[in-house]
Amino acid sequence: MTKKSSTASADDTPRSQAKLSDIPANGVVSTTTDLLSSQVEIAFDVPALPAETLAEMYRQALLIRQVEEFLLKAAEEGKIGGAMHTAIGHEANAVGAAAALNPDDYLTCTYRGHHHGLAHGMDVGRAIAEVLGRADGFAGGKGGSMHFVAPEHGMMGSNGIVGAQVPHAAGLALASQIRDEGRVAITFFGDGAIFQGVMHETFNMASKWKLPVIFYCENNRYSEMTPTWRTSSVGEFYQFARAYGMESVQIDGNDAEVVHAAVTQAAERARAGEGPTFIEGITYRLAGHMAGDLETYRSAEEIEEQRSHDPVLVLRNRLLERGSSEEEIAKIDAAVEKSVAEAIAFAEASPWPDPAMAYTDVYRT
Amino acid sequence: MRKTTYIQVINEALGEEMRRDENVFVMGEDVGRYGGLFRVTRNLFDEFGPKRVIDTPISEQGFFGMALGAASVGMRPILELMYMDFSLVAADQIFNQIAKYHYMTGGLVNIPLVIRGQQGAGKRYGSQHSQSVDSLYAHFPGIKVVAPATPYDAKGLLKSAIRDDNPVVFLEHKMLYFTRGEAPPADEEYTIPIGKADVKREGSDLTIATFSYCVLQALEAAEELSEKHGIEVEVVDLRSVEPLDIDTVLASVAKTGHLLAVHESYANSGIGAEIVAQAYEIAPHLLKSPARRLGMAPVSIPVSKPLEEEILPWKGQMVATVLEMMG
Ligand SMILES: Cc1ncc(C[n+]2csc(CCOP(=O)(O)OP(=O)(O)O)c2C)c(N)n1
Ligand SMILES: [Mg+2]
Repeated sequence: MTKKSSTASADDTPRSQAKLSDIPANGVVSTTTDLLSSQVEIAFDVPALPAETLAEMYRQALLIRQVEEFLLKAAEEGKIGGAMHTAIGHEANAVGAAAALNPDDYLTCTYRGHHHGLAHGMDVGRAIAEVLGRADGFAGGKGGSMHFVAPEHGMMGSNGIVGAQVPHAAGLALASQIRDEGRVAITFFGDGAIFQGVMHETFNMASKWKLPVIFYCENNRYSEMTPTWRTSSVGEFYQFARAYGMESVQIDGNDAEVVHAAVTQAAERARAGEGPTFIEGITYRLAGHMAGDLETYRSAEEIEEQRSHDPVLVLRNRLLERGSSEEEIAKIDAAVEKSVAEAIAFAEASPWPDPAMAYTDVYRT
Repeated sequence: MRKTTYIQVINEALGEEMRRDENVFVMGEDVGRYGGLFRVTRNLFDEFGPKRVIDTPISEQGFFGMALGAASVGMRPILELMYMDFSLVAADQIFNQIAKYHYMTGGLVNIPLVIRGQQGAGKRYGSQHSQSVDSLYAHFPGIKVVAPATPYDAKGLLKSAIRDDNPVVFLEHKMLYFTRGEAPPADEEYTIPIGKADVKREGSDLTIATFSYCVLQALEAAEELSEKHGIEVEVVDLRSVEPLDIDTVLASVAKTGHLLAVHESYANSGIGAEIVAQAYEIAPHLLKSPARRLGMAPVSIPVSKPLEEEILPWKGQMVATVLEMMG
């Protein structure tokens, strides 16, 4: 008699996981309301944003793309040490969320976080200088690519440890709740991060205490070089939130207008004292996990197919659909190109930090 | 001055600091309605309410991370652990996050929080409820480590820890909780600076540098050595492990010429090794005999009374080591 084995490797069929091409026109796959409800489709309004907002989101997305392309190239040429994770393909998640939040709201995110820092108003030249390890970097070169931070914009840190930044955001929300400030905290994490225990500890406390926090999963379907369906016991990640009695929604994370709508609603709920919301933004990284990724785990066709959902392209087409002219867009393109070139020049001209600075900032004195 | 207990003054320091600064709040398991496993936070919930005395689920990683977030915008969380052993569950948040945040952000963000709870052996709680974590925490830059031995020091140092702009690990000891000592009346304001040692007994023959409950054991050992052997030991209570007040230790060694460093955390790679190394690096000429260290033997801590007693670096081991050194 042969016994049927049920090892992990035997389960080699991709489980259903939402792809961008599956997402209906309104950009929203489904939402769930409470702990016991079965999955229900709920009408989810995605209001058309004013032309200026769309144009600003496009400008930011394009700027992020160009900065990331420069950084990726510089890393691949060996001009930057360490790990370089770019957000190429993730831009809409950042610009949609940033536009939906108040300037004094809080944010934490992952090592893949340049897009969030830039969308939240970080100085581009100082951000690039930081990645290059130069004196004019916002942290004087001590943090680098994985530790973006801009407290003056509520951007309280990106993190090199998968999942660690998520309780930080809940703590920012707790501070806001204790002080009765009405500030919301949003935290971004990947699909792979869902499986860190600290995430679930935080989901539970945030939901129990109705903290004004938004849990935003940028689901690009890969955890480094492994598709997440290979390691997950659950098909759709927004469903995790249900166990904690949290509102959750799965959206097209490559459509900044949809992201804006979802984050706006989540922020309203948070400010009204209704607690956290879990947003699963389906997205795709169009570059490798990090510079030097051999990308043997996915096909060229898969990447090509995803290019038609490129979030920068989605925004550009949206502008055209809504009546912007090619000339107007070309103007934005030119302005972005100029400001990115200037930022790069500033960063490259920035001096190396004085080695004595290695010993400062251990303690606040 | 009045006679009071170690637990009482910690409770008072918490209440007084919460009254003084509304950014101060307490988080931990059973700390609220129940008042803490050891009753250290009793009455605080009644006075300050659930927003500032927060009963958490058993999620050390999660609420330590939340404390970092709150502290990053100027709140001053105090995290209670029932047993410091449990802090290791939150190791990522403590070592990779809390300790490094100020540095990684180039000084843009600081994390003013206190992690407090009791550690140590002597009550037969076994391997996972008796460890001393002082040396472990002292190994990492970015966190201060404080371990007072008396009620007077405990109150003054806890206030300093709460007011410090950096993360501070405040280590109590289960054998100290019910000990009594002199302290100014409640509400009489005083603080003790972090990083300053205190000579608890003067002596001319040998210096014992130690902290936490071992200070009380060292004082007893000193009495015995004086009475039975005519050896006068000077007991330097470090009070803080990081920063370490090596100057006060060396000033004592300048007088005695002999140095023994003692603690309940493991001897190997421990604070004692650090103190001895610093003594040799800075002032080898002061040492008339090889400086030594005494700490927990390199085994997990057993439950059975004779087994636990066998490995504790307390009075018996201190007396024996001093006699060897003074041979
Ligand atoms: C605790 C921890 N384990 C492992 C790693 C190495 N690591 C860095 S990114 C990553 C994958 C995370 O995937 P996901 O959460 O989906 O985010 P993505 O990189 O796809 O944006 C891993 C395993 C880490 N940084 N931290
Ligand atoms: Mg991923």
